[in-house]
Amino acid sequence: MGDIFTNFFAGIVPLEAYMVVSLIMFFSGVYGFLSRKSLLMILISIELILNSIDINFAVFNRYLYPENMEGFFFALFTIAISACETAVAIAIVINIYRNLGHVEVDSLNELQEPAEVAENTEVSK
Amino acid sequence: MAQQIIFYILALIIAVFSVMAVTSGRLIRSATYLLFVLLATAGLYLLLGYTYLFAVQTAVYAGGIMVLFIFAILLTQKPGDRITPESLKQRTLAIVLSIVGALFCGVIIFSNIKKVYALVEQTEIDTKHIGMTLMGTGKFQYMLAFEAVSILLLACIVGAIMIARKRS
Repeated sequence: MGDIFTNFFAGIVPLEAYMVVSLIMFFSGVYGFLSRKSLLMILISIELILNSIDINFAVFNRYLYPENMEGFFFALFTIAISACETAVAIAIVINIYRNLGHVEVDSLNELQEPAEVAENTEVSK
Repeated sequence: MAQQIIFYILALIIAVFSVMAVTSGRLIRSATYLLFVLLATAGLYLLLGYTYLFAVQTAVYAGGIMVLFIFAILLTQKPGDRITPESLKQRTLAIVLSIVGALFCGVIIFSNIKKVYALVEQTEIDTKHIGMTLMGTGKFQYMLAFEAVSILLLACIVGAIMIARKRS
């Protein structure tokens, strides 16, 4: 670990520095995911997590395997998949807002039918 | 040395704004801080030499997904609303878990990076090589993944429209 201080401003950026950046971003996303009530805030935290993973892929590709391109392409596909997942999640959020009027996760059990109504509909079939 | 300075500026931007994004009191501010984080990440890709990834990150993440988020935020609440704060117990548990997790991963990273690496001077990967690798069917080429992602995109378009359409 002393290499970080001797390489400071003299030489290349060490690999550990990039990993510290992605570590901070990842665990900020974890904190936001665990402690926020609004669904959109949870989605923003998921974006932070996925973005930190992309940095890791690109850095490992560049520093450890510079002649291959696997990390580069994996980051590319992760960006595409994250875009799809965000689009569908936001469609669900808008649908929830239309039905309930708010998007807080701790009161989403209003969507659930009460037990007697479900039983009545089953019996009548 | 210029690379070092630019890296530390971008890393500081990412660290500060990602923490501010998850602790902010207003949702639009969180979205704006996330936009800064995504643009700084694109800058990190450019610093590593991956110009195509820089362009895709800026266009898709910072340009597409953030606009989607801002539309969703403005459609589901009045802008400028303060979010209702969470309970203290929930926040403490989340902070403790995040910090413990970060320290755990940090210890594993710093005690295990032993492989000798060297930052080789790399000429910019030209688009022709990226195209041939993305559309090729040989070893280490990604035609199958490309087609799978295109089917996923079609499924997401259809799914999002079906979920969010107005039912009469």
